[in-house]
Amino acid sequence: MNALEITQLYKRYDNGFLAVKGIDLAVKQGDFFALLGANGAGKSTTIGIVASLVNKTSGSVKVYGHDLDADPEGVKRCIGLVPQEFNFNQFENVFDIVVSQAGYYGIPRKKALERAEVCLKQLELWDKRDEAARELSGGMKRRLMIARALVHEPKLLILDEPTAGVDIEIRRSMWRFFKKINAAGTTIILTTHYLEEAESLCKHIAIINKGEVVENMDMKGLLDKADEEVFVLSLEFPVKEIPVIAGSRIEGLDETTWQVNVRKEFGIHAFFDELSRLSIKVTGIRNESNRLEQLFVKLLVNKEAADV
Amino acid sequence: MFNKEYRVALQTITYKEVKRFLRIWVQTLLPSIITTTLYFLIFGTLIGSRIGQMKGYDYMDFIVPGLILMAVISNAYSNVVSSFYSAKFQHNIEEMLVAPVPGWIILTGYILGGVLRGLIVGGLVTIVSLFFTELKIAHPVMMVVVFLLTGVLFSAAGFINAAYAKSFDDISIVPTFVLTPLIYLGGVFYSIDLLPVFWQNVSLLNPVLYMIDVFRFSILGDSDIPLLYGFMVIVTFITILIGISLRLLSKGIGIRN
Repeated sequence: MNALEITQLYKRYDNGFLAVKGIDLAVKQGDFFALLGANGAGKSTTIGIVASLVNKTSGSVKVYGHDLDADPEGVKRCIGLVPQEFNFNQFENVFDIVVSQAGYYGIPRKKALERAEVCLKQLELWDKRDEAARELSGGMKRRLMIARALVHEPKLLILDEPTAGVDIEIRRSMWRFFKKINAAGTTIILTTHYLEEAESLCKHIAIINKGEVVENMDMKGLLDKADEEVFVLSLEFPVKEIPVIAGSRIEGLDETTWQVNVRKEFGIHAFFDELSRLSIKVTGIRNESNRLEQLFVKLLVNKEAADV
Repeated sequence: MFNKEYRVALQTITYKEVKRFLRIWVQTLLPSIITTTLYFLIFGTLIGSRIGQMKGYDYMDFIVPGLILMAVISNAYSNVVSSFYSAKFQHNIEEMLVAPVPGWIILTGYILGGVLRGLIVGGLVTIVSLFFTELKIAHPVMMVVVFLLTGVLFSAAGFINAAYAKSFDDISIVPTFVLTPLIYLGGVFYSIDLLPVFWQNVSLLNPVLYMIDVFRFSILGDSDIPLLYGFMVIVTFITILIGISLRLLSKGIGIRN
């Protein structure tokens, strides 16, 4: 049984816009699944349908075997949703927001209080429990929505751009948290614009463009499709003229820093051999982790070209 | 059908609603008390003493039931319309929509919130009225029943208004242009016997008239319209409004995309 099975899902809004065009998707139990796409691609609509916030036009959605049409409450019990926009009462205090959410899931108050405490402590918000939600910083508000989504211990956690607008330090601590709960058995579906985030967290990936799935495979397989690696090199001495090396493209960022794109079939060893031959010494190397980004752009560009 | 999970969810929604209007009591409980006190003072004591009697009762005694019910109606309505619309506006309605809470539990929770606010304000206004007149309640049980039924009816009406509302303007249009005229022309300050026959018949189309009339009967023991008609109108409107509310919730109209 899959954690999520979407079959031939369509959504047409009242204004006639067809946002989702026959999506088929399966997410295995325990997976960390990335759902990527440009703005307006149909990701949030798809998530909205799964989470019962958007009415579908046709198609089927099953979550841990529960059919959305036949057993919507069964579906809802399995899901925890962290939406893109802040959707809590700004005037309520942090603790009440989480406790009330547990109440909506039918968790008795005594147990709800205990679970809310655990969730807020996990997300480092316990000290803020008596503050009104509007007083929190952006990062804290995001973490509040995660705590709220986890209070009923869902099997499937859906994160719709959970780290948008969050500074890098908090983002990385959130990544560690997501990895931890995924390792503990929670299936996670993530949409994000930070492709580095998807690359570092997710095992499988689907790319949606204009309401259709244009790619759906495991992350490694997808990254293998990328035909070049990108590095940033620090040079010992300034090089006046940037050399032309077969199988690579070099761009000078400043006198002693190059960004280098090396084609996979050429190989990084051959590239460095050529640098040695030219007596160019490298003092530092950093991998630019934007392989997924390149691939993402390429896939969408190819799709656009095919459509034309 | 009404399992333990639903009970907990209903308690949660109701508790949240009550906590909301108690937290902002200056905005929710106090205004009706001030307004009604002014009515008692101006229409009852100052002008009422010159009007004399209405249907054999002192004018103050005649207007007390209508003013109490007016407070119940406006508070039940405005509690649900403002609370549910702001939940839509801030999107925290989604907290309930993603949870396994059936629509009828959500509706019941909001209605209970509206009824409880109506009861509290109605009770406070009743206490205030004791400073102006000796209130003798002819049928206390019926008074409570009408209190509750009216609260349910106007809470459901507020819910429908909020579901359709797309802006804060939309939640003030109905109370201003529909509810207030219906209440004022529903016999709070006069008996329809005073009107020409044509306007008496027009007044009979106003559902609020029946509610005020039945409520007045429960306090004074006298009414313009047969009681059965009054209760039939109230129950019919409750059935229709709750039916519409449940349909809006199940279809997600004004609530889901």
